[in-house]
Amino acid sequence: MKIDKTYEGSFHIVGGDFSRAGEASTELKTIMLSVGIEDEVVRRVAIATFEAEMNIIIYTPAGILRYSISPGEIRIIAEDMGPGIEDIELAMQKGYSTAPDWVREMGWGAGMGLPNMKKNAG
Amino acid sequence: MKLKEIAEILSLKPLTPAEGPDLEREVSGAYVGDLLSDVMANSEDGNIWITLQTHVNIVAVATLKNLSAIVIVNGRMPESDTLDRAVSEDIPILLTGKSAFETAGKLYRILNARNLQG
Amino acid sequence: MRLKEIVITNSRDSEAEIEWACATDLMSDVLYYSRGNSVLITGLAKQQAIRTSDIADIKVVVFTRGKEPDRQTIELSQKKKITLLITPYSMFTACGKLYEEGLRCCPE
Ligand SMILES: Nc1ncnc2c1ncn2[C@@H]1O[C@H](COP(=O)(O)OP(=O)(O)O)[C@@H](O)[C@H]1O
Ligand SMILES: [Mg+2]
Repeated sequence: MKIDKTYEGSFHIVGGDFSRAGEASTELKTIMLSVGIEDEVVRRVAIATFEAEMNIIIYTPAGILRYSISPGEIRIIAEDMGPGIEDIELAMQKGYSTAPDWVREMGWGAGMGLPNMKKNAG
Repeated sequence: MKLKEIAEILSLKPLTPAEGPDLEREVSGAYVGDLLSDVMANSEDGNIWITLQTHVNIVAVATLKNLSAIVIVNGRMPESDTLDRAVSEDIPILLTGKSAFETAGKLYRILNARNLQG
Repeated sequence: MRLKEIVITNSRDSEAEIEWACATDLMSDVLYYSRGNSVLITGLAKQQAIRTSDIADIKVVVFTRGKEPDRQTIELSQKKKITLLITPYSMFTACGKLYEEGLRCCPE
């Protein structure tokens, strides 16, 4: 990574708001590109963040996405006011999803979000 | 064309029904998609349905639309209630590790050769 | 390969070179399996398909069954420089024709 300082920020995410779903991750992607992170890393971080953002929108009333881009590390923290995940191991399985039907009709609920975050995170 | 022939050519693994899956049924054409409302609206009688949805509702859709079988792609395994329902409704579920694109691509050629459509 | 041979386009840049294909209506699937230089074939004719493609560096999206997207979806695709194509074919037929032309799905 060619950057020499740390960039930090956060996005507030409102649950249930599909009209703006993905805006935070899209903006983070633009920020990463503008500070000179290489394309492949940007793609991985954007994908993981997008999945976290969607989960906050689908499963919780509200949440916050924090990012810290520093030399050698990009850290994304997703916090929400939802019920949390009871059985993490189960939720991590490919295809496991409790998404309601209307979410499935919007193109989500494939149960690949957490596996996706794992695949793309360090 | 018989479901059995398609299963053989594409190396699909039948999961249901448990004893002697009924692969003798005729396939009229194919449908690819993961949005249940679309499948309800656009699939046709006797279609083989290619999807990566594993949710129990896929069986209800296949039953209502009189589809010949469900093919679940990308190595995904259906949930246990999906399997139970498929057995009781007599809807064959077949699995493949291949993608929807590849499965559809190969099946298109096979069905086209027999003048069957999607 | 050239998509304009197979689909109807509403966009200027149908000369984009495509290496791989990804056919699905579920967006996490796009994010998991796709590569940057792939085409997304989807029945989800909504903004979410464009957002997802943008995040995944996908430059060409095909909506199946002649589904007309709303204005916001078209505007977002223009803003993100994503070529949006509409085909009258079903997802099955679109996959079949592209597969016949030699296009293959993204390797895992
Ligand atoms: N932020 C969250 N709060 C509560 N539950 C969650 C959250 N994120 C994920 N989950 C649970 O974990 C499951 C799997 O999540 P994921 O892998 O993203 O797949 P999907 O969102 O497609 O269901 C969800 O269906 C949901 O039950
Ligand atoms: Mg998710």
